[in-house]
Amino acid sequence: MQHTREEHGLPRFALAMAKQILGALRDLAPIFAVIAFFQIVVLQQPFPDLANVLVGLVCVVLGLALFVQGLESGLFPLGEALAQGMARKGSAIALLALAFCLGFGTTVAEPALIAVAAEGAKVASEAEFIGDSQAAQDRYALELRVVVAVAVGLAIVLGVLRILKGWPIHRFIIGGYVLVMAMTVFAPEEIVGMAYDSGGVTTSTITVPLITALGVGLASTIRGRNPMLDGFGLIAFASLTPMIGVLGYGMVV
Amino acid sequence: MLELLADFGETLLSTLRDVTPIVVILVVFQLGVLRRRLPNIRGIATGSVMVLLGLALFLIGLEQALFPVGETMARQLAETAGEAVRAGAVRWQDYWVVYLFAAAVGFATTVAEPALIAVALKAKEVSGGAVNPWGLRIAVAVGVAVGVALGCFRIVTGTPLPWYIVAAYVVVIVQTYLSGRTIIPLAYDSGGVTTSTVTVPVVAALGLGLAANVPGRSPLIDGFGLIAFASVFPIMSVLGYAITAEQLARWRKRRERREVES
Repeated sequence: MQHTREEHGLPRFALAMAKQILGALRDLAPIFAVIAFFQIVVLQQPFPDLANVLVGLVCVVLGLALFVQGLESGLFPLGEALAQGMARKGSAIALLALAFCLGFGTTVAEPALIAVAAEGAKVASEAEFIGDSQAAQDRYALELRVVVAVAVGLAIVLGVLRILKGWPIHRFIIGGYVLVMAMTVFAPEEIVGMAYDSGGVTTSTITVPLITALGVGLASTIRGRNPMLDGFGLIAFASLTPMIGVLGYGMVV
Repeated sequence: MLELLADFGETLLSTLRDVTPIVVILVVFQLGVLRRRLPNIRGIATGSVMVLLGLALFLIGLEQALFPVGETMARQLAETAGEAVRAGAVRWQDYWVVYLFAAAVGFATTVAEPALIAVALKAKEVSGGAVNPWGLRIAVAVGVAVGVALGCFRIVTGTPLPWYIVAAYVVVIVQTYLSGRTIIPLAYDSGGVTTSTVTVPVVAALGLGLAANVPGRSPLIDGFGLIAFASVFPIMSVLGYAITAEQLARWRKRRERREVES
């Protein structure tokens, strides 16, 4: 880990950035190829606004390079330092409180979730679960968001507890799958699609590296835990519990 | 150019707003509970600023270059395929270009997904290099490609979503018992990280465009589900990749032993 890249001076930084830009070009090459192929060969149309597209591409490459470069010196050490500090402190309650706050706080305002909840409210009003007034829809969407955010908060709590105790992950996930399948049978049909999708939209680009670093940091600080076996898995919990939460919400409302 | 700068400022602001809750929580716990300064705070601060700037630049670029093209294309492909069959009943074969596009877009957007890059980097570091980050990302991307293509097939045929998801869960459960212990947590995680900044908007546009253009489908009901496909199938492909690699290694070892003996 190179924590102190900026102390090596500008040339070092420029070199590292150049490497990241090459990496970003490689990561983005498939997208460029797919878009170009379908635009030119399948649809046989020129690009609508080529200058804008080119400027956008340069932004994407530079942005991805900066992001990856900043991960190693910013987000990863931050998550690890936090995990180590909390583990040394030795207060399980404080750690679990942090876990809940991180899960809830990062989810409740997530733009992708806001969009999906609004769609879900439209479906619910069409299916006549709720009135078709805007107020009823807004309330339903807000409740959905809170349900999902609480579910993610509980997921991180459960996931951290699992790391502390060293429980094997597959029992939880398989148990969760069985629960989702059983609830699918009883939940109203209209909410099932939205519930399944809610698992995928909760974990954003900033949250994932931070939570992963937190889990791995915890597992490598606590004696007897293996970072590979115990450190990963927090994201998996965070994508499973929202489905259970939304299906449950659909059964109650 | 001025417009671009304004867009950049706006995106930066909205990214900042998204991270505000995280920053507040971290500061409260650091000052209130740990009561200690972070080690190497300058490095962390610089890195975090780079992550923010990078993400904002990345998003603005996506909005300029990729999303409009991707969304128009998804709509146009669905429309062209829709016109071909509007005369008669819906035949799922008529949509093959859409499945191809879905798979290609699913693969390409996943390879570029920043959250997946982060997890792959971490996995390499933690496993001491045993997990190849590029291999992991390709396995995940293949899973998303198959998942999204199958999801489009489901929208076209109008078959119930739970059948597919329940079947996928059963496969994942069986694979879990077949594969080595160490890869399981990482494989489960890879389901959640695939659907972030790049993949969700393009894939959602594809689902909505398709549901709006296939006769007899409603975008409100049938537009959902593609993200669910994109979250389950990578688990399957990563576990499948790990199981195959393990079996190959075992087979190779056995053959070597036999060669030594003979």
